[in-house]
Amino acid sequence: MKLNTYTLRQTIRKLKQKEFSHSELYKDIHGIIAEKNETLNIYLCLDAEAVKKAERNLDKPLAGVPIAIKDNFLTKDLATTASARLLEGFHAPYESTVTHNLHQSGGVIVGKTNMDAWAHGSSTETSDFGPSKNPRNPSYLPGGSSGGSAAAVAADMCVAAIGSETAGSIRQPSSWCGVVGIKPTYGRVSRYGVVAMGSSLDSPGPIGKTVFDCSLLLNSIAGYDQSDATTSDRPVPDFTHDLDRGVKGMKIGLCYVDHPKLKGTPASEAVEKAAKLLEGFGAEVNRVPIAEEVRPDTILTPDYAVGVYTVIQRSEVSSNLARYDGIRYGHDRSYFSEEAKRRMMLGTFTLSTGHADQYYVRAEKVRSLIIQNFRQLFARYDVLISPTSSGYAQKLGASRDNPMFGEIEDMLMEPSSISGLSGVSVPCFHDPVTNLYLGLNIVADQWQEEKALRAAYTFEQHTDWNLWASKERDNG
Amino acid sequence: MKAVTISPHEVGHIASLTKVPLASEEEQRFAKAFNVTLAVVDKLFSIDISSVAETHQVTGLTNVFQEDEIDSGRMLTQEEALANAPRSHNGFFVVDQVIEQK
Repeated sequence: MKLNTYTLRQTIRKLKQKEFSHSELYKDIHGIIAEKNETLNIYLCLDAEAVKKAERNLDKPLAGVPIAIKDNFLTKDLATTASARLLEGFHAPYESTVTHNLHQSGGVIVGKTNMDAWAHGSSTETSDFGPSKNPRNPSYLPGGSSGGSAAAVAADMCVAAIGSETAGSIRQPSSWCGVVGIKPTYGRVSRYGVVAMGSSLDSPGPIGKTVFDCSLLLNSIAGYDQSDATTSDRPVPDFTHDLDRGVKGMKIGLCYVDHPKLKGTPASEAVEKAAKLLEGFGAEVNRVPIAEEVRPDTILTPDYAVGVYTVIQRSEVSSNLARYDGIRYGHDRSYFSEEAKRRMMLGTFTLSTGHADQYYVRAEKVRSLIIQNFRQLFARYDVLISPTSSGYAQKLGASRDNPMFGEIEDMLMEPSSISGLSGVSVPCFHDPVTNLYLGLNIVADQWQEEKALRAAYTFEQHTDWNLWASKERDNG
Repeated sequence: MKAVTISPHEVGHIASLTKVPLASEEEQRFAKAFNVTLAVVDKLFSIDISSVAETHQVTGLTNVFQEDEIDSGRMLTQEEALANAPRSHNGFFVVDQVIEQK
């Protein structure tokens, strides 16, 4: 068995028990990268010193395992471009808190992964360095914006990865690539040193092979950071601790499966089956009807969240990307590609005199209504479940000429993201013909990641959609 | 509220506010794309917001302060700060002239 195919939990144990060495592990990791990276276009750069760094970390919790990092995290040892030509040649003078925390825990960066440029998109097709391809089937997209990180995990080109989500950018590519991704509560993980996109939304998080792996990685990166005033100082639990407590008595709301865009689709059917399975393990599942207004027993149609997200995200983008003046670092503004220009410009419009009340202020008010709706729902339910994406990965080229591709792709995650909630996506179906996956989105209230992870772990342990988890269960 | 559309001419104005160069062919294309996007956003006009306050952030944190003191561990040296600048001179960033000469 190739050593790059083990889970994070297995790899750490096997390294610590000296079943294999770092040099043997990194030989297999670099082997698969050499074999596949040219066609899949996943890594933008690699750290040639990775194995040397790994050997110094055996005694730390992550034991020197190779981690893939989305290219919007500033790293001192490797270039950071956010997949944008404007930042080509930029060398970060400081380290992001997430990668700093990973180094402290003994994680080693194997390389930086491709993404939608500036994280604008859900396909990696807006990357200035070309799209990545889905390792499950290279005619298809990996999703995005953290598409490179999800694809690196799916292709066993790393043991685990880090992505970031504004609304769907961890969970949607995880769903499309058949891997697990956690979008933590906003403020759980520091944004310091992450190329800023939507500052009231951006949430860094782990992408991995199993729910346990992602929980372990979240332990390493979560927590208060003096350099990010929006992080919370509440204590960080051990996210792996309660995973096997089961779902007996857990109240689950089944959401969005009757939405006109989803009703009767494979994604909805897979999630209905998942709900039945969790019910069989003692959870109490109720269908939450979709409504056009806020009521305590219904969920607002996600169409409102699409509008809110589009306005807030464009507005925050226009503000954040104003910093790229070509004076202090990076090239000048003529280097922006089309997607970034469109988003900055629309944000400039929605914040402009005469239109700010109509768009930005209105969106921030509807955001309050959506939050109010979730408060009511979480008074009744522990977690809410839905499909992660409305379907399987789409073909290469699907995002072209569609200015709303990402917003429609991520419509099921936008409501929870603009409310700052936590969520996890786990594989819940596999099509043997295309080799593509569907994802189950499990959303918990702010600071309640453990509930979502417990439901996700229970599902993973009692199904065989996740081959890494099945193998680990069988072989230890 | 009546739905808004953006004309190619307005796109040109927004581009100048955003400080991005735009070809006239792009003005046409962007206007079309903006109107597709705004049509989706128009959904926001069909819900009552008359008694709702805005939400700008979701952390629940208020008034996050820190001591006003120098922390050299979180500072860049002058050399580091200038290292990525395309043009620098005697420890300063070089910028284009923005004030017109009479």
